[in-house]
Amino acid sequence: MIIKGKVFKFGDNINTDDIIAAKYLDSQDEAFLGSKCMENIYLDFSKKVSKGDIIVAGSNFGCGSSREHAPLSIKGAGISAVIAKSFARIFFRNAINIGLVIIQLKETDQINDGDLLEIDLKEGVLKNMTTNKIYKIEPIKGFLEEIILAGGLMKWIKSREVEDTKRKS
Amino acid sequence: MGLTLVEKILLKASGQKELSSFVYPKVDFCFGNDITAPLAVKEFLSYGFNSVFNPNRIAFICDHFLPARDYKAANNVKTLKDFANRFNIKNFFDIEKCGIEHIFLIEKGLVKPYNLVVGADSHTCTLGAIGTVAFGVGSTDLAATIKEGRCWFKVPETIRFIYKGRLKKWVGGKDLILYTISKIGVDGALYKVMEFCGEVISKLNIDERLAMTNMAVEAGAKTGIIEPDEITYKYFKDLNIKFKINQKLHSDKDAKVEVIEIDTSKLEPQVACPHLPSNVKQVSELSDIKINQVFIGSCTNGKLSDLRVAAFILKGKRVKKSVRLIVIPATVNIYKQAIKEGLIRIFLEAGAIVCAPSCGPCLGGHSGILADGEVALSTSNRNFIARMGSPKSFVYLSNAAVAAASAIKGKITHPERVI
Repeated sequence: MIIKGKVFKFGDNINTDDIIAAKYLDSQDEAFLGSKCMENIYLDFSKKVSKGDIIVAGSNFGCGSSREHAPLSIKGAGISAVIAKSFARIFFRNAINIGLVIIQLKETDQINDGDLLEIDLKEGVLKNMTTNKIYKIEPIKGFLEEIILAGGLMKWIKSREVEDTKRKS
Repeated sequence: MGLTLVEKILLKASGQKELSSFVYPKVDFCFGNDITAPLAVKEFLSYGFNSVFNPNRIAFICDHFLPARDYKAANNVKTLKDFANRFNIKNFFDIEKCGIEHIFLIEKGLVKPYNLVVGADSHTCTLGAIGTVAFGVGSTDLAATIKEGRCWFKVPETIRFIYKGRLKKWVGGKDLILYTISKIGVDGALYKVMEFCGEVISKLNIDERLAMTNMAVEAGAKTGIIEPDEITYKYFKDLNIKFKINQKLHSDKDAKVEVIEIDTSKLEPQVACPHLPSNVKQVSELSDIKINQVFIGSCTNGKLSDLRVAAFILKGKRVKKSVRLIVIPATVNIYKQAIKEGLIRIFLEAGAIVCAPSCGPCLGGHSGILADGEVALSTSNRNFIARMGSPKSFVYLSNAAVAAASAIKGKITHPERVI
């Protein structure tokens, strides 16, 4: 899969209250949550994002509350991938579970707001088209790769259930 | 090589002979709240699943936007109630029967020492205070666990924090954890377990321990844990909760851990300043921070001993006219006991308002939202931008004694200055 998009740059410790304010957590609607994404820290974020754009951040992205509404709202805003130096653990697993592409990259300081990126997930290569720098992405392996390939945790469980039923019959 | 308590419990729950780096263990219990569980239920139903792993090991606790602040919040509770009815889940708790999930689950005896528990809430780590291995997860994780009774985990590394020395008066679990987070940073324990031990911890009561494990996530930790001891078992005995422990487990001395020693003797009450829990100062360093609101409550410090110390300080005094003091007992049982002990009367006579048990303003849900430019001192766990309301408001975090003293003075104050 090739992802291509413009960079929206954020700093360290972007928490899930920043990503989606608690007052909206009574909604489970991806599009609505997307329209409120980053509301308190980035004016008109969702209006400025074009489908496919990419969030690039520092360390500990998604810290704080466990709200899965946060990765949902990022997806709902039209963001195709989040690249950060490190991710908070619940955000990390939520993103894997719902199929939001997340990429850990040490060199995010070298990427600027507005840069154009091209990511080849299969080849594990990230190209910064603006600066012409190329980075290698560590692939996610093992059990988590299985979940990603299945299209998320629930689909993985469903596929196992289907296999189970087939075996029994 | 020995194992830590968390590793031993993960090993047992995984049914493996040797612990691998990645496990898919069976859990003893799982739960969610009125924010996270409706999303889990929606996921579960959208995949057409028609069975749950064990209806007795699942709980829905409605505590965040309750009593229903609007019709959307009410509908979310109804969604959970309908799901619980359909799948025979008896542990469905509407607000009038419960309180804040992490405190309520322990009080109710639904989670026990050495259990492996997942909760769709980041403060699930709170349960580690009684020796439960409890991991906060997301809604899809909860949906999957409701179906499978299992949840995937990378086996975490451990940092062992050993607290030595004495504790000054007015210093407790909240101060220890704020100080610790200030030393290691908000990602200082990322993906790791924070194991709290040492002579200081062995003397702390469960309420103080709960305040510590509660905020492990604020250092990025996978969970916090304190080994069960006589204080733990007496706590359950006093609550009249009976359970059988087949084998008492401990972290092995030669388990692979990073060790950090902390001398507590000189610590004053700690205050986290806006906008990170790691931005911590000693209370005496903050001489002129005027406040508009004080909140005493939350899963961190809404417990009986917090209310007792706050009432001790407020007894016979008045809250400064310019300050709103909002007190929220963490559970209905704590509320009842506080009435019995005369604490609620003390709060009301001092000029505080007491609200129904819930998360309240901690996450900016209801019951005390901050206006533009307002400053709050809160006993809760997060002081992020806009956490309690306006993006232009400011939140400081402290223990309940500092909060009560500050409400009297109208600015952040050391408790010894009002006693």
